[in-house]
Amino acid sequence: MSASLEIRSPGLGVSIQDDGRHGHRRIGVPLSGALDPVFLAAANGLLGNPAGAAGLEVLLAGPLLQAVDAPVRIALAGTMGARRIGPSGASQAVPAWSTLSLQPGEQLQVGSPRGVGYIAVEGGLLTPPMLGSRSTYARAGLIHAATTLPCRAARGHCGERQNVALSHENGPIRVIPGPQDDHFTAAALDHFYTGPFRVTRQRDRMGLRLAGPALAHNQRGADIVSDGVTPGAIQVPADGQPILLLADCQTVGGYPKIATVIRADLPRLAHLQPGDEIRFRAVDADEAAAARAALARRLSDWLAGARPAQAGGDPDSAVLLAANLAGAAVRGDDPHLWPD
Amino acid sequence: MHPPPRLFALGDAAFTVEFGPPQARDVPPDIQARVLGFAAGLAELQAAGGLPGVIEWVPTFRSVTVHFDPDRCPPQHLATRLQALAAEGRQATGSGREWTIPVCFDGEFAPDLDAVAVACGLSREAVIAQLTATEFTVRMLGFLPGFPYLGGLPASLEMPRLATPRPRVPAGSVAIAGRMGAIYPWDSPGGWRLVGRSPVTLFDATRADHPALFAPGDRVRWQAVGPEALAAS
Repeated sequence: MSASLEIRSPGLGVSIQDDGRHGHRRIGVPLSGALDPVFLAAANGLLGNPAGAAGLEVLLAGPLLQAVDAPVRIALAGTMGARRIGPSGASQAVPAWSTLSLQPGEQLQVGSPRGVGYIAVEGGLLTPPMLGSRSTYARAGLIHAATTLPCRAARGHCGERQNVALSHENGPIRVIPGPQDDHFTAAALDHFYTGPFRVTRQRDRMGLRLAGPALAHNQRGADIVSDGVTPGAIQVPADGQPILLLADCQTVGGYPKIATVIRADLPRLAHLQPGDEIRFRAVDADEAAAARAALARRLSDWLAGARPAQAGGDPDSAVLLAANLAGAAVRGDDPHLWPD
Repeated sequence: MHPPPRLFALGDAAFTVEFGPPQARDVPPDIQARVLGFAAGLAELQAAGGLPGVIEWVPTFRSVTVHFDPDRCPPQHLATRLQALAAEGRQATGSGREWTIPVCFDGEFAPDLDAVAVACGLSREAVIAQLTATEFTVRMLGFLPGFPYLGGLPASLEMPRLATPRPRVPAGSVAIAGRMGAIYPWDSPGGWRLVGRSPVTLFDATRADHPALFAPGDRVRWQAVGPEALAAS
């Protein structure tokens, strides 16, 4: 049975994302997909969905959603609170990392995440795929323009589930050097691996700019004939300040790439905030493979730890989430952070 | 003779196979023939089931980036495979399709045309005559979905990009910069010099088998048309 979620208020920096638009980069179409595929997989996992089923990604402020026609089962992932609002206007805090079934006419106001958060629905969002993906890429009109999101009605026989917060590893961001690390002076390479680099306010789904010790190019220079790039590639233009490419990055770029973040650490980049400090550490293909395996284990262990939600909710997390919501309101995200 | 192709890791899920050096100011046409020859080899291998775990590849001016799933495809094994294919030195033989693209060079649709003419010491009409006499070759697609980098602009029309890019270049804008031409498929910021406007749709996501009109290696000519051609689109 079909149902839908009506977007009553779009929030800010909210897009539909799945596991990306594969196979079209040769014609200039970016990969896109969730900035943090692990958090998206966590939200989907609570609902029994495939890891990459389409959900809503929230970067700044969550939307106000209303179930239409039939109950819709939803899961939230991320450091992100929400409130469930009944037809009478009475509201109740909803913890992240849990599921809920929104009855027709009920609304869900999602708050502001720390980093990035995800709203998954049972069965996944069923908006029409474009070039094999439901991911939003607004620059080329790959966008679901309607305010109604088709989905499947909640099946009703499975109870709600909840889990503890899923967190990412700490420590330096791991990179594989190159492909153009030979465009930099020895001192620049030393600076790059010493850092630290501060995340600036220039940050969107295409990439984020870092500020730190200037990375000087050697005689080979700061311009290359454009070649392929990928999310995680670290471009360094003539000013010596690195640009970290993210999911919506272009398919090619004309700056030397000093290093490229390994796949296992890409989800961590999604949560960097202006002012955060990061460092980089070089690894080889074997260490990158071990990191991918460790990340996959972390997710599968977390999914195995999900348990039925307790009736009446968990008072401790309700208190924490109320505080979290208040914090988000006070933070007052500035739309000028997104010079998109 | 060119140096042998080189393979670089682009993170843990992509390799870039380089046929020409990163610094060359003008990439020679035979580098493109080798890039497209390598890409054709990849397509054959994949069709024969010989590239498990390879997701896609992106030919550029001078290299091919191969994206793969490292958990389905041991990177060292794939690297060996790609190096062997690159060492075959295959060159694309086809000359691509031919396109004649209508372009309106009139006033408001060509905001930089007069400045280009002055800088090149030519009349506006002479610039248009050179642009429409040029056979461009699609060197690669990138920057935006369907955006073609068109090689072959005469040296007499070579101009640097604008020092300050425009915040919005209208879709359909026909532009030049360096020794290249281009057509913007989408509204976008852009620093190329706008010399005309075309009504042609360069990218259509609903054409599932070929969303982009052009492919690398295609040859493109610009044909002057009046503004009514734009209104009809």
